[in-house]
Amino acid sequence: MTAERVIDTRIAAGRGASWTPRRLLPRWLRREPVWLWLAGFAVAGAAALPAVYLAVRAADSGDTAIDAIFDPDTVSMLWRTLQLIFLVTLGSVLIAVPLAWLTVRTDLPYRRAWAVASVLPLAIPSYVGALAFISAFGPRGLLQGWLEGPFGVERLPNLYGLTGAAVVLTLLSYPYVFLTVRATLWRLEPEMEEASWTLGRSPWQTFRRVTLPLLYPAIGAGALLVALYTLSDFGAVALLQYDTFTRVIFNEYNTSFDRAGAAALSLVLLGVAVALIMVEASARRRARYYSGANAARRDRRTVRLGRWRWPASAFAGVVTFLALGVPIFVLAYWLVRGIGAGETGLFDWTAAYNSIRYSLAAAAATVIAAVPISVLSVRRPGLLSAALERFSYVGFAMPGIAVGLGLVFFGIRYATDIYQTAYLLEFAYVVLFLPVAVGLIRASLLQVNPRMEEAAMSLGRSRANAFLTITVPIIWPGLAAAGIMVFLLTMKELPATLILGPIDSSTLATSIWTAAEEAFFARAAAPSLVLVLASAAPMTFLVLRERSTR
Amino acid sequence: MTSDIWNSTARRSMFMALGLAIIMVLAIACSSDDDDTAAATTPTAPPEESGELVIYSGRSESLVAPLIERFELATGIDARVNYAGTGALAATLLEEGDRSPADIFFAQDPGGLGAVIELLAPLPAELIERVPDWARSPENLWVGVSGRARTVVYNTDNVSPEDLPDTLEGFTDPRWKGRIGWAPTNGSFQAMVTGMRLIWGEDRTRQWLEGIVANEPLVYAANTPIVAAAGSGEINVGFVNHYYLHRFLAEEGEGFDARNYFLPGGGPGSAVLVAGAGMLKTADNPIAAERFLDYLLSADAQLYFAEETFEYPLIDGVARAGLLPSLDDLKTPDVDVSDLGDLAATQDLLREADALP
Repeated sequence: MTAERVIDTRIAAGRGASWTPRRLLPRWLRREPVWLWLAGFAVAGAAALPAVYLAVRAADSGDTAIDAIFDPDTVSMLWRTLQLIFLVTLGSVLIAVPLAWLTVRTDLPYRRAWAVASVLPLAIPSYVGALAFISAFGPRGLLQGWLEGPFGVERLPNLYGLTGAAVVLTLLSYPYVFLTVRATLWRLEPEMEEASWTLGRSPWQTFRRVTLPLLYPAIGAGALLVALYTLSDFGAVALLQYDTFTRVIFNEYNTSFDRAGAAALSLVLLGVAVALIMVEASARRRARYYSGANAARRDRRTVRLGRWRWPASAFAGVVTFLALGVPIFVLAYWLVRGIGAGETGLFDWTAAYNSIRYSLAAAAATVIAAVPISVLSVRRPGLLSAALERFSYVGFAMPGIAVGLGLVFFGIRYATDIYQTAYLLEFAYVVLFLPVAVGLIRASLLQVNPRMEEAAMSLGRSRANAFLTITVPIIWPGLAAAGIMVFLLTMKELPATLILGPIDSSTLATSIWTAAEEAFFARAAAPSLVLVLASAAPMTFLVLRERSTR
Repeated sequence: MTSDIWNSTARRSMFMALGLAIIMVLAIACSSDDDDTAAATTPTAPPEESGELVIYSGRSESLVAPLIERFELATGIDARVNYAGTGALAATLLEEGDRSPADIFFAQDPGGLGAVIELLAPLPAELIERVPDWARSPENLWVGVSGRARTVVYNTDNVSPEDLPDTLEGFTDPRWKGRIGWAPTNGSFQAMVTGMRLIWGEDRTRQWLEGIVANEPLVYAANTPIVAAAGSGEINVGFVNHYYLHRFLAEEGEGFDARNYFLPGGGPGSAVLVAGAGMLKTADNPIAAERFLDYLLSADAQLYFAEETFEYPLIDGVARAGLLPSLDDLKTPDVDVSDLGDLAATQDLLREADALP
C-alpha cells in the first residue's frame, strides 16, 4: 500500500512539475470534458470583472495613477502592510494548526465544542472585533477600570499600532487556517501515521515528521486567505490606528472622492495579492496525497493526550476566551447597558432573515462555482488551470468597495434587470469568496485518487455520475467547510452589501455598521450577537456530521 | 470494498445537497421578486403623482430612518432608501451616471455633494432660500439640511474648562503633549482645516498642524472613537463635531465623563458644517424629489434634527436643542460651507505637515 502510494506520488510530482506549453494543446480537451473548462473560464472571467473595472477607471486618471503608484509614500505603506500580513499569517498558523490537530486527532475533552468555538471568530466583523478589543483592553478600557480600584493601574500599555492590529486580526482570522487544516486532517488516511507509530515514533514526532508535511497544502491555502484578508481589511486597522494600504484606498473614496486614484492604488494592492498568491503557489507541494481506499471508512487511532490534556485545554481555552469570549462579553455589556438606559428598537428580524437568506444562497452558489476550477487545477495541473485558479483570488484580495463599484459599473450597463437585486449581490459574494471555496475544495480533492473515478468509468458510469457518487462523498467535508466559511463571510460582508444590496433591505452586517457608526452601541450589539449565534448553527451541524461519519 | 449501498447513500446525500442549493437560490428569487420588478422598472417607469422615491443616503439609517418614515406618512410617497457611506454613494452615483435609479442624494457633508455636482439638478429658489446663504450651494445645486459645529470634546475628570485655551491655537502648547486625539482622515476635520486655510492662510495653518503633530496626538479613524476615548480618559481633548457627544450621553447616561467645549475665541475651530441634499438630473420622479427636499426644510423635519440628532436647524423659526449655544455665540468664522468642500489642497497640506500618511 505504502509503496504504491510512493510511486503514485512520484508520478504525480513528475507530471505536475513537467508541464510545458505543449500540454495546452488539445490533449487536455480529451482528458477533461469541454464543459468543465468552459465553466471554469466563465467563473474565472466573472471573478476578474472587478479588476477589469479598476483598469478602466485607473486609465481615466492618467498621470495621477502613475504618480500614486510611484510615490515613495506608497512604498513605505506597502512595507507597513507587509509587516502586518507577515505577523497575522504567522500567528494564525501557530494558533490554528495545533487547534485543528487537537480537535480532530486527540481525546481533548469537549473537542467538538472547541471546534465550533474555534471557527466562530470568523463571524465577527473585524471592526466589531476591534471595537470590542479597544473597549476591553484599551489604555482606559474595561480591564483597566477593574484594575484601577484594587491595584491603582491608571493606564494599560498602548493597544494601538502594529502589535494591537496584528493580535486582533490574528484572533479574527486564524479560523481560515483552522477550517482548511481541519478539513484535510479529517480525510487524511491513517496508514502513514500508523507506520510511524509502529516504528516507535512518539505522537509529537509523528505529527511533526508525518502529519505536518501532509498538511502543508492546507496550511498554505489557509495562510494565503489570512494574508489576503489582512491585505484587504479596513475596519480593524482603522480603529487600531495602523495605516495600511487598504486604509489609504478607503480614504481616497471617502474623503478625497477620487475614484481614479483609488482604482490605481487598488491595482497596486492587486499586484501585492498576486505576489502573495505566487509565493503560496511556489511553496505548494507538487505531490499529491491519494487515498488508497476510502479513508472515511477506516477507524483512525485517537492520540491519547494523558496529562497533556491540561495544557491543551488551556491553550484552546485561552484562544477561545480572547477571540470569542472577549467580543461576546463586550457586546453583551453594551446590550445590557443600552437596555438599562431604556433603548428600544434594538433588533430587526428582517435583517437577520435577509442575512441568512443571502448567506445560504451565497454558500451554495460559491461552492458550486468553485468546483470546476478546483477540479481542473488538481486534475489537470498546467498553465491554464493555474491561471484560472489564480484569477479566482482577484475579488477576495480587493477592497470590498472596489468590488462593489466594479459590479455597479458592469451591472448598470449590461445587467440592468438584476441591478440592485439579490442576484447581483449574490454574484458579488461569489466573486468575493470564490477563492475560499476553491482553496478548501482543492485541498480535499488532492486526497482523492482519480483512479477510483477512472475505475467507475471503465465500469460504464458517466463522468458526472462517477464524480457525484465517488469523489463528492469523499470531499464532502471540504465542500461543507467551504460552504460554511462562505456563509460566515457573507453574513459579515459589509462594503459590497451596502453598495449592491437591494434597496430598502438591511442585513445584520449593515445594521451593525449603521449603529456603530453613530455610537448606538446597544443597537450594534444585538445584531452582532445574533450574527455569532446564527453562524454557530452550520458549524455545529458540520461537527455533528463528522461524528456520524465516524 | 465499496458497495452499492455506499453509492446510493452518497447519491442520495448529493441530490439532497443539490436540492437544497436549488431551493436556496429559488428562495432568493421569490422573496426578492418585488425588489426586482421595482428596481428593473425604475429607469423606464413614467413619473407618477405620488409614486416612488429613491434616496441614496450617506446619513446613517439609525439617524434618519425615522424621519423618512414621517415623510412617507405625511405625503403618501413610498421612499426607498439605499444607505451607505457618503463616499461610497458618491462613487456609485458617478459609476451609474445617466442610468442611476436615484432621485435624491442625501450626503453627510458638502464634499460628497461636490463630488457629484455635475449630476445634480438646479433647485427651485423657493426651496433653497429657506436656509442662509452660507449653508447652500452657490449654484443652487444642493441645500444644507442640518448644521453641526466643530468643537473640542474633553474628559471631565482630567481637564476643567478653565484649563482649556480660547482658540485651537492654544493646543499647540507643549503641555498638551500626548493628550490630544484627532482624526486627520475625517472629512469634517479636513473641512475645518480648509476653513483655517481660508481664514488664517496657508502658513499659519501649516504652523498649527505642525504644532499639533509635535504634540503627538493619538490618531483616530473618525469622530465616534474620539468621543469614546475622551469619555474613557484615553485622551484629554479631541477635535470633533458637536453632536456625537449627545449620542454617548443618551447611550451611557450623564455619568459619561466627557463634555463639549465650545471655543470662546471662535474661529475655524468653531466652524459650522452642514449635511445636505441634492436632486439628481436623471431623477425619474422629480416631483416627489422636490417634495422630499421641501419636507427636509419643513419645521417638522428641522425640529427632528434639533431634538433627535442634536444638530442645528437651518430654517428660521425652529429652535436648536436647549443645551447648545446659539450659532452667534459660537463666533463661527465667516465662510461658506461650499468653500469648505474642496479638500485636495488641504490634504496636500496635511501630508506636508505629516498629519496624513
